[in-house]
Amino acid sequence: MNEKYWKWVITLSILFILLIASIVVSLSSGEVRFSLFDLKYILQHKDSLEYIVLTKIRIPRILLGLSIGGALSLSGVILQGIYRNPLVEPYTLGISGGASLGVALAIVFGLNLTAGAFMLPISGFLGAFITIFLVYFLSVRKDNFSINRMLLIGVMISFIASSSMMFLLATTTKENIHNIIFWVMGSLDEPNTMLIHFVLGTSVAGLISSYFFARPLNALRLGGKRAQHIGVNSALTIRILFIISSMLVGICVAVAGVIGFVGLIIPHLLRIIIGTDFRILLLSSFMGGSIFIILCDVLARTLISPNELPIGVITGMLGGVAFIVVLSSSKSKSAF
Amino acid sequence: MNNFLKIENLRCGYSGKFMLNGINFTIPKGTFAGIIGPNGSGKTTLFRGITGEIPLRSGSVILNGKPIDKLSIRDKARNFAIVSQTTESLNIKVEDYVLMGRMPYRSYFKFLENAEDYEIAHKYMKLTSVFEYKDKLMSELSGGEQQLASVARALTQEPQFLLLDEPTSHLDISHQVQILNLIQKLNEDLNLTVLMIIHDLNLASEYCNYLIMFDKGSIYTQGSPSEVLTYKNIEEVYKTVVISLTNPLSLKPAVFLVSGKTLNDKKL
Repeated sequence: MNEKYWKWVITLSILFILLIASIVVSLSSGEVRFSLFDLKYILQHKDSLEYIVLTKIRIPRILLGLSIGGALSLSGVILQGIYRNPLVEPYTLGISGGASLGVALAIVFGLNLTAGAFMLPISGFLGAFITIFLVYFLSVRKDNFSINRMLLIGVMISFIASSSMMFLLATTTKENIHNIIFWVMGSLDEPNTMLIHFVLGTSVAGLISSYFFARPLNALRLGGKRAQHIGVNSALTIRILFIISSMLVGICVAVAGVIGFVGLIIPHLLRIIIGTDFRILLLSSFMGGSIFIILCDVLARTLISPNELPIGVITGMLGGVAFIVVLSSSKSKSAF
Repeated sequence: MNNFLKIENLRCGYSGKFMLNGINFTIPKGTFAGIIGPNGSGKTTLFRGITGEIPLRSGSVILNGKPIDKLSIRDKARNFAIVSQTTESLNIKVEDYVLMGRMPYRSYFKFLENAEDYEIAHKYMKLTSVFEYKDKLMSELSGGEQQLASVARALTQEPQFLLLDEPTSHLDISHQVQILNLIQKLNEDLNLTVLMIIHDLNLASEYCNYLIMFDKGSIYTQGSPSEVLTYKNIEEVYKTVVISLTNPLSLKPAVFLVSGKTLNDKKL
C-alpha cells in the first residue's frame, strides 16, 4: 500500500484510540467517580446510583458531545474548503447568530413555557435555517454565484442577528435575560434522549454524505474555476456542501447552544499534522472534534465541581490559546 | 474527423462590456496554434467561450463534429486541459497535484487512486521532469517548476486538446524555452493539438505552425507565422513600429521592436 494511505490509517487509528480514551475519562470523571474496572459491576447492578449516573447522565452527554463536536468540526473543515479560507468557521456565516435569535425570541415570547420543552431547539433550528436560506439566496444572483459575496452576507447577517439579540436583551425581563444567556453559553446537558439520537444520526449522516464530496473538495483547493477545468461541477458541489454543513451547525446550535472554536481549531490543527487532503481531513476532523468536545465537557463538569461551567467557556479559552500558540509556531502550513 | 476543432460564427463575452464578434477558425488535429493580439483583443474571452466558462451568445464550438455545449463538465475535462498563466502555489504535494488530472476519469465514489492513475501521473511527471519533486509541496517549487507541474497535471488529464493561456509570461527565458520545447515535443510525439495564447511574437513565430491574430474582438488575420507576422499586420494591430526579418536558423519571422528615441534619431 502507498505510503500516503499508511499515514492516513495510522492517523485514524491514533484518533480512534484517543476517542476511546476520552470516552473512558469522561465516563469515570465527575461528581460521582468510579474506575473503569468497576464498569462490569455497575452494569450488573441496575438499581445502584452509579448505574443511573452512567446511563442517564454520562452516556447521553458523551453521545451528544461526540455528535456535536464531530459535526461542528466537520462543518468547519467543509466551509474552510469551499471558501478556501482557513479562518472561516461555522459561526462566521451567521448561523449561530440566527439560531440564538430564534431561541431568544422563543424565550421572550414565553414559548418554552407554553408550548413545551422542544420549543427551544425548534426555534433555534428555525432561526438557523432562516439565516442559511437568507445567506444562500442573497448570494446567488442569476447564474452568478460568488463565494466572497456569500461570506460577506454571512458576516452581515451575523451582525444584524446579534444586534437584534442585544435589543431583546435590553428590553426583556431579568429572568428571560438569564435564560437567554444560559442557553447561548452552550451545554451538553440534554434530558431528551430522542433529541440526542437525532443529533447523533444527523451528524453521522452529514459525515457520510460530505465524504462523497471529498475529492471534489480536494479539487476546489485550486479554486472554483480550475476545479471545473478538471471536471468538477464547482457551483453544484459548493451549494450541496454549504447546505449539508450549515444544516449540521443549525442542528448543533439548536440543541447545545453556541459552542465556539471547535470548527476553527480542530481542522486547523489537523491540516498542520496531516496536510490538506479532504479524504483524510473530513474523517479526522470529525473524530478530532468529538475528542475535543468530550474532553472540554470533562473540564466543564469537574473544574468547579459540584457546579458546572458552560462548555462554550472552556472551548473558547482552550481553543483560543491553542490557536494562537499554533499560529505563531507553524509556518502557515495549514493554508490551502 | 479532420476538422478537429471548429469555431463557427462565435459570439460571446460580457454584456455591455466586451464581445467577441463572429469568430471563425478551424484547427486540424496535431496543430500547434498560437493566438496573438494586443491586451483586451479577446484572446482570453475566446478561451472562456471554448471551455464553457462563459455562455455562447451565438455560433458554435464544434469538437470532432460535436457541439461542445452538449458535453458534460467531466467530458470537457477529458477533451480539454488548461494551463493558465498564474502558477499554482499551494500546500499540496506535487504528486497529489498532478494526480488531480485523473479527476475526470474516476467517479466520486472511488475515493482512492488506483495503480493506473499513479502510472499515468508518474509518466507525465517524468516527461516534464518534475518527478524528482513529487514529495515536495507545490508552494516549495519555483515558478518555472510549478508551471511544469501544471503541464504534467494537464497531460495527466490525457486530453485531445491542450489550451495554454500565456504559460510562459512569468518565466525567465530558460524556463520559457524549456516549457515550449516540451509542448512542441508533445505536439509532435503525441500528436497533441495545442492552442496557446502568447504575447511574445517571437516565441509565437518560433513554436507555432498556425497563428490567429486578434484585434478588437475579431480575427484580424490567420495563417502561417510568415503570413501573419508581417510588418504591416503588426503595425496595424499593435500600433507599434517594428521590423520583421527572418530568423536565419529557423527561417521563421523574427520581430524587432524599435524605440521612440531610435525612430527620432534616425528621423524615421
